[in-house]
Amino acid sequence: MTHTVLVTGVGRHVGARVAAVLAGDPAVRVIGVDTVPPTSPRGERDGGAQLPDSLEFVRVDLRSPDLARVIATADIDTVVHVSLLSGPARSRSAMKEHNVIGTMQVLAACQRSGTVRRVVVRSTTAVYGSSPLDPAVYTESTDPAEPPSSGYGKDAVEVEGFVRGFARRRPDVAVTTLRFANLMGPGVDSPLTRFFTQPVLPTVLGFDPRLQFIHEDDAVEVLRRSATEDHPGTFNAAGSGVLLLSQCVRRAGRPTLPVPAPAFRLLGELARGLERLDFSPEQVALMSHGRAVDSTRLRAELGWNLTYDTASAYDDFLRSRGLTGNLPLAVFDALAGLVR
Amino acid sequence: MKDLPELLAFLRRRIAGEYEVDEFGYDAELTDTVVLELLRPLYRHWFRVETSGLELLPADGALVVANHSGTLPLDALMLQVALHDEAHRPVRLLAADLVYRLPFLGHLSRKTGHTLACPEDADRLLRQGELVGVFPEGFKGIGKPFGQRYRLQRFGRGGFVASAIRAGVPIVPCAIVGAEEIYPKIGDFGLLARTLGLPYLPMTPLFPWLGPLGLVPLPSKWMIEFGDPIKTDQADADDPMTLFNITDHVRETIQHQLDTLRTRRGPAFQR
Repeated sequence: MTHTVLVTGVGRHVGARVAAVLAGDPAVRVIGVDTVPPTSPRGERDGGAQLPDSLEFVRVDLRSPDLARVIATADIDTVVHVSLLSGPARSRSAMKEHNVIGTMQVLAACQRSGTVRRVVVRSTTAVYGSSPLDPAVYTESTDPAEPPSSGYGKDAVEVEGFVRGFARRRPDVAVTTLRFANLMGPGVDSPLTRFFTQPVLPTVLGFDPRLQFIHEDDAVEVLRRSATEDHPGTFNAAGSGVLLLSQCVRRAGRPTLPVPAPAFRLLGELARGLERLDFSPEQVALMSHGRAVDSTRLRAELGWNLTYDTASAYDDFLRSRGLTGNLPLAVFDALAGLVR
Repeated sequence: MKDLPELLAFLRRRIAGEYEVDEFGYDAELTDTVVLELLRPLYRHWFRVETSGLELLPADGALVVANHSGTLPLDALMLQVALHDEAHRPVRLLAADLVYRLPFLGHLSRKTGHTLACPEDADRLLRQGELVGVFPEGFKGIGKPFGQRYRLQRFGRGGFVASAIRAGVPIVPCAIVGAEEIYPKIGDFGLLARTLGLPYLPMTPLFPWLGPLGLVPLPSKWMIEFGDPIKTDQADADDPMTLFNITDHVRETIQHQLDTLRTRRGPAFQR
């Protein structure tokens, strides 16, 4: 049986990779939508994910009702909604509109459709927020201590609300919500990857958050499996283990600049003006209190283990960006050589 | 740290960030080689801690329930040294959320193996077979005035009992004698404490009169005793009356232990 899969957000890295890997299967017809056409996924080692010719691209702004026409005319049975912006979009309101209104349009079109049987939505572990009242490890059923009140996390909470509503109204459709940890990998461009590639890393004085990553290869595979098999439910998707921010900066060999929390926020505002970094309040919260989730449920459901854990995903990111020259370690080795 | 190559290897791991931290943020290497090393003189020579009843500790997961006193949680640190040095077990303490709001304290607490006192974390640690420690009196216990020493305060809402039942682990009652005398709290700067968002700001015979010197704990004689484990596997975590009864039983056991241990110790400030 051939599948027809619609993938949103193919103009961005993860969307393009998911579309490419699905289109590689001759039994699957893939239609990718976005406002910009997909480019070949970057990075030398992305497993030959050249965009296959069989990938059809339709230019659609998710905020418009055009998507309904695409779904109605193409006999689509699976919708993979990857297009969730973590920012920094040109403006916060544009990002919010894209994430929230975009999802509403996608789900509205799915609800109308008589052919859609499976919907996969990309969400984020940011829905759990980040606060000193958090349990150390979140499972899918734990309620957040302080739900995110702004930014990407809040968008994702709203998106998940719409998805739950949709699943209630269309119980015949298998709905999968995937809460991804921060993505890491050669081609990922996110506020956090941009943070780690700065020459000096500002940190919140007196805090050392636990961070958790998922490698982009694993994220793509999780999305591929969810798009081709029925796995209804909500699942955390994160590499096992955690890295402390202090471990991350030591592995990168980067100097840090610890600043008190209020100054960190101010710095964030300035950086936001430069449009290079995103130090939104939620990012500040993550950099203070961190977050970890349990993805046992996903592993059990897929019957598959992620290839990378948090540490190896991060190390691969460092290698791929050439961030391997660890000066403090080199100095230490030289000194230790003298002592020996 | 025995010799130079070992020290160099340790330092290299630390500089390279190549060490393991569990999902709670517990850095066993840092705790064992640095933090406990710093606490040990306090345990051995300053407080002369005597620990007993270690043979009663179950081999798997258990919930250690102890009394809390001393204005600053040195009793928690001494309990950690006792279990590490004499039972070779790391203890995972459950701490108040205030700890995780404050800079430095929050991540130090996580790195030394402790986490927020919430049912999710308690359940998770107990199911992993860890030795979890809890002070159900909380701030009411640690911040009580000197006049009320060795009188157990109310035991929270008994959430710790529910966690032990859910995980099917026994409760080990633990009495700590000696911490009450380290910072005798004879007054409280209540208004200032509230302004700073703290539960209390103590006045002791030495603090704040002697400035930082007032933070030196008085060298009282300490004793830590673990009691017979209390089984929970027959109980129902959803029955509030069961929880009340077990909570009371644990509380009375510890109060009784405290009274006998205190008599055995005698005066607080003797060699």
